[in-house]
Amino acid sequence: MLYRENGQFKTNYRADQQIFPIRQDRIAVALLLAAAFVAVPLLADEYLLRAILIPFLILSLAALGLNVLVGYCGQISLGAGAFMAVGAYAAYNFFVRIDGMPLLAAVLLGGACATIVGVLFGIPSLRIKGLYLAVATLAAQFFTDWAFLRIKWFTNDSPSGSVAVAGLQLFGVPIESPVQKYLFCLGMVVVFALLVKNLVRGHIGREWMAIRDMDVAASVIGIRPVYAKLTAFAVSSFIVGVAGALWAFVYLGSWEPAAFNINRSFDLLFMIIIGGLGSVMGSFFGAAFIVFLPIILDQALPALGNAVGMPIDTATVSHFVFMIFGGLIVFFLIVEPHGIARLWSTGKEKLRLWPFPH
Amino acid sequence: MKLKSIALAAAAAAVAVSSLLAAPAAQAQAKEQFFPGLPYRTGPYGPNGTPWANGYADYLKLVNAKGGINGVKIVYEECETGYDTARGVECYERLKGKHGGATLFQPLSTGITFALTDKAPVDKIPLITAGYGRSESQDGLVFGWNFPLAGTYWVGADVLIQHIAKKEGGFDKLKGKKFALVYHDSPYGKEPIALLQERSKAHGFDLQLLPVTHPGVEQKATWLQIRQSRPDYVLLWGWGVMNSVALKEAQATGFPRDKMYGVWWSAAEPDVKDVGDGAKGYNGLAMQHGAHPNAKVTKEILALVHDKGQGTGTKEEVGSVLYMRGAMSAMLAVEGVRRAQERYGKGKWMSGEQTRWGLENLALDQKKLEALGFGEVMRPVSTTCADHMGPAWARIHTWDGSKWGFTSDWYQADEAIIKPLVKATAAKYAAEKKITPRTPQQCQS
Amino acid sequence: MGFFLETLFGGLMAGMLYSLIALGFVLIFKASGVFNFAQGAMVLFAALAMARFAEWAPQLLGVQSKWLANLLAFAGAMVVMVAVAWLIEKLVLGRLVNQEGITLLMATLGITYFLDGFGQTIFGSDIYKIDVGLPKDPMFLFENTFQGGVLVNKEDLYAACIAAALVAALSLFFQKTATGRALRAVADDHQAAQSVGIPLSRIWIIVWSVAGFVALVAGVIWGSKLGVQFSLSLVALKALPVVILGGLTSVPGAIVGGLLIGVGEKLSEVYIGPMFGGGIEIWFAYVLALVFLLVRPQGLFGEKIIDRV
Repeated sequence: MLYRENGQFKTNYRADQQIFPIRQDRIAVALLLAAAFVAVPLLADEYLLRAILIPFLILSLAALGLNVLVGYCGQISLGAGAFMAVGAYAAYNFFVRIDGMPLLAAVLLGGACATIVGVLFGIPSLRIKGLYLAVATLAAQFFTDWAFLRIKWFTNDSPSGSVAVAGLQLFGVPIESPVQKYLFCLGMVVVFALLVKNLVRGHIGREWMAIRDMDVAASVIGIRPVYAKLTAFAVSSFIVGVAGALWAFVYLGSWEPAAFNINRSFDLLFMIIIGGLGSVMGSFFGAAFIVFLPIILDQALPALGNAVGMPIDTATVSHFVFMIFGGLIVFFLIVEPHGIARLWSTGKEKLRLWPFPH
Repeated sequence: MKLKSIALAAAAAAVAVSSLLAAPAAQAQAKEQFFPGLPYRTGPYGPNGTPWANGYADYLKLVNAKGGINGVKIVYEECETGYDTARGVECYERLKGKHGGATLFQPLSTGITFALTDKAPVDKIPLITAGYGRSESQDGLVFGWNFPLAGTYWVGADVLIQHIAKKEGGFDKLKGKKFALVYHDSPYGKEPIALLQERSKAHGFDLQLLPVTHPGVEQKATWLQIRQSRPDYVLLWGWGVMNSVALKEAQATGFPRDKMYGVWWSAAEPDVKDVGDGAKGYNGLAMQHGAHPNAKVTKEILALVHDKGQGTGTKEEVGSVLYMRGAMSAMLAVEGVRRAQERYGKGKWMSGEQTRWGLENLALDQKKLEALGFGEVMRPVSTTCADHMGPAWARIHTWDGSKWGFTSDWYQADEAIIKPLVKATAAKYAAEKKITPRTPQQCQS
Repeated sequence: MGFFLETLFGGLMAGMLYSLIALGFVLIFKASGVFNFAQGAMVLFAALAMARFAEWAPQLLGVQSKWLANLLAFAGAMVVMVAVAWLIEKLVLGRLVNQEGITLLMATLGITYFLDGFGQTIFGSDIYKIDVGLPKDPMFLFENTFQGGVLVNKEDLYAACIAAALVAALSLFFQKTATGRALRAVADDHQAAQSVGIPLSRIWIIVWSVAGFVALVAGVIWGSKLGVQFSLSLVALKALPVVILGGLTSVPGAIVGGLLIGVGEKLSEVYIGPMFGGGIEIWFAYVLALVFLLVRPQGLFGEKIIDRV
């Protein structure tokens, strides 16, 4: 009843091809953006911003990048952590070695370096497919793990191998307080989400999806697989690299290569599978699931234990979090293998009919 | 289909519940000092992190049983980090404002220490990194909020070289000898390299660096290389399961265990227990303390905490090496607060800043240590604003197949080598981070 | 030369141990088309069960002889693994029958997390010992030909022999028994097998149980070498290059791949490693597998995918 689109006529192609053609959608998104940009900084406390929202935003950006590769182009990659690391260390080197390098430029250049590395490690995808490709991308992961520990130049010859950045500022505005960091990340995420949405709606996105669905048929009708796959790797690595630079600069501040290890790659893959492959919304849902759930469980389980008179120690809570996490992943895959995004769109479909049964 | 609707309902409920779970509000409790814990009881380093955490918690319970810090009770809460930096940062953010504000943090992980070193000055909460963290954080003028009390890795590496030189009959006898450093491939493992290279240049011994990738279960190639190069001594800088695997591989390749020396994080019961006799003769650094099943403080903890059913962990663990380290770290923290109370008001709640003052004006002489029950465990510890570590004492203990026993005198690190290294590295950090070091005059505030 | 032989032997034996874990992957992929990322967690779970049962047998049942305790523990652990196989089939696989490969992969990753947490909850997260009497001291061969002799790790040698015996037994099982034939039929074509009357779910339980048995043997051997603790599940990551090198559907491929990767790893670490500062083992193995894949995209012995784009 609320979500009907009767009365909304489009009078030109431009209006017809908008990202949000239904007016209710536009209002909802506008409200969401207003809440995110205005309400949250005013109302949220420091813990919520620092420990929950900022990692959520950065990881959803990374999930968005990975979704481009895995969800839209169908190339399974387990090396996302490696590209995040490349983005982070490249941005670090640009920031520290060149005096007066602006933060935004350093982050974007970090993404560009990640693109080069991504395309390099994407070349095997022209020959290898499916699960073999997934395991082959682990080569990228372990190689970067080793490279950033061993090659001193990357860490500016720091004796311990750990690096740190300070003095972040954007056009003169410092990015130090939680609210400033949050707004910076939010801005980046919104811009990149728009970018990706338009890419996948366009010519290149259709090429990717054709390769994903039936690569032989795609090449028969004239889509060049080399071009499509390598551009998917390039765009994906760029976004993941930028996310890596943000993760290092804005969230951690001081990091070592272990911050981008294989667990990070698995986390990102979980996010897009649970969230929904091939969906921009899905990346956000998945990131929310993976970021919020352990924290909620960490706080809820001891409270639950105390309520029933059986106090649980932190190690057991940690194990339970693992178990519930794993169990929920399996549960989601059984109930909705296409992810939360599919649940969401099913919900919206039902909302269009509500309160009528059909 | 039914499963789907259950899932939709569950998702909606979860969203509703989580929106109600606001971050816990800080309640100012006037008479309680909050000591947060960032241990790791799970993950690849869990077996080593658990006894430390138990020692820490038990000592705080002991202090409470004896009446608190001049009447102020201690509140202790743990947050599991799993040795992961991102989780450690999240735990820090979650706990720093609870129960009236955290007094200090002890991250027990070099990675988390690096990340928190940036955040602690902003939040004005001191970090105690007793026996780990950045070696250059000894410089209190640059690292105003870091306290590597009782020892750093440069101290440890230096003492090892001194001990081996003593065994050989003098530093000149080290010329031409071969040393191999088997280290955990991480900032933790790389810490001693700078100092060992300095010493290697000074005394003419050969240093072979053999990194072992996390988590350290794959060491076959490392020990094959050791068999090829036949070093005179192997220094082990591992953590968690890497230590016991190293000893097992040493046994499997026939390298004499008595020529192996481990840093204080590689020489504890979890590392040698399941190797048993196979690790007989293995030597380790004891940073101040070793295993003390009969020390006064051990007996007190057993009597006042475990006998009352309040013990964290098992009775058998009390007095073991890592347990004592946790207890010692807790003791140093409590004494820091107590010292702060001497200036800012006995029996009052101490803020992070006030605790920092207390920690950089520690003066624990042998008498005080005796009174605390650490008489035979430690040597005196005293800090100043410029020196956040104090005189660092260490000795060697050896595993005889069933327990650790001390096999050397007390050593102190050679200041002539360490001080310049600390100054130079700290200055580099200050330049990178654009920090102006404090002046001694600013310290008294 | 002596040292080269040492490294070679060490590599071969390490390779056999990797193929032991890779076997589990191959078995499950062959029969149910699922890439079981949870193999590492199964190894850990099985090893934990074995270690703890061996500890509890003397305490609870008063069993004095170490042999008997180990045997009972092994039997107990096997029962546990069969139970795990049955539960996985009932709760997870049975409900995800026609899903895409990546969904099944993710489900096994979920199972990994679950087993990791569950195992440590029941059995504890300390380092536990498995002692099945494997000798710990080294053996020196050819001491007259080469100075210092050629070092052969006795424990690894025993383990390699056990692995070889297991592979032979499994090959016999697949070729000669009726169940083995049924498994191969299911691997070829699920629907055809079902139409001939082969009960799919029972076959899957059998396959996962056999994989559980392989995981148990691997867990006992690796656990005896390294101690049983959480990091044991990370050993599976070392077996992945073996699987993709040998081909996901081939048992001999797992062996050959294992030997190749084992030798490649150790030789590279010892001879090339020092040039780069060391620690290159793990990525070298993956890069080696990757290079092989570029020549043969389905692995050395895997089923050829004919389309080329």
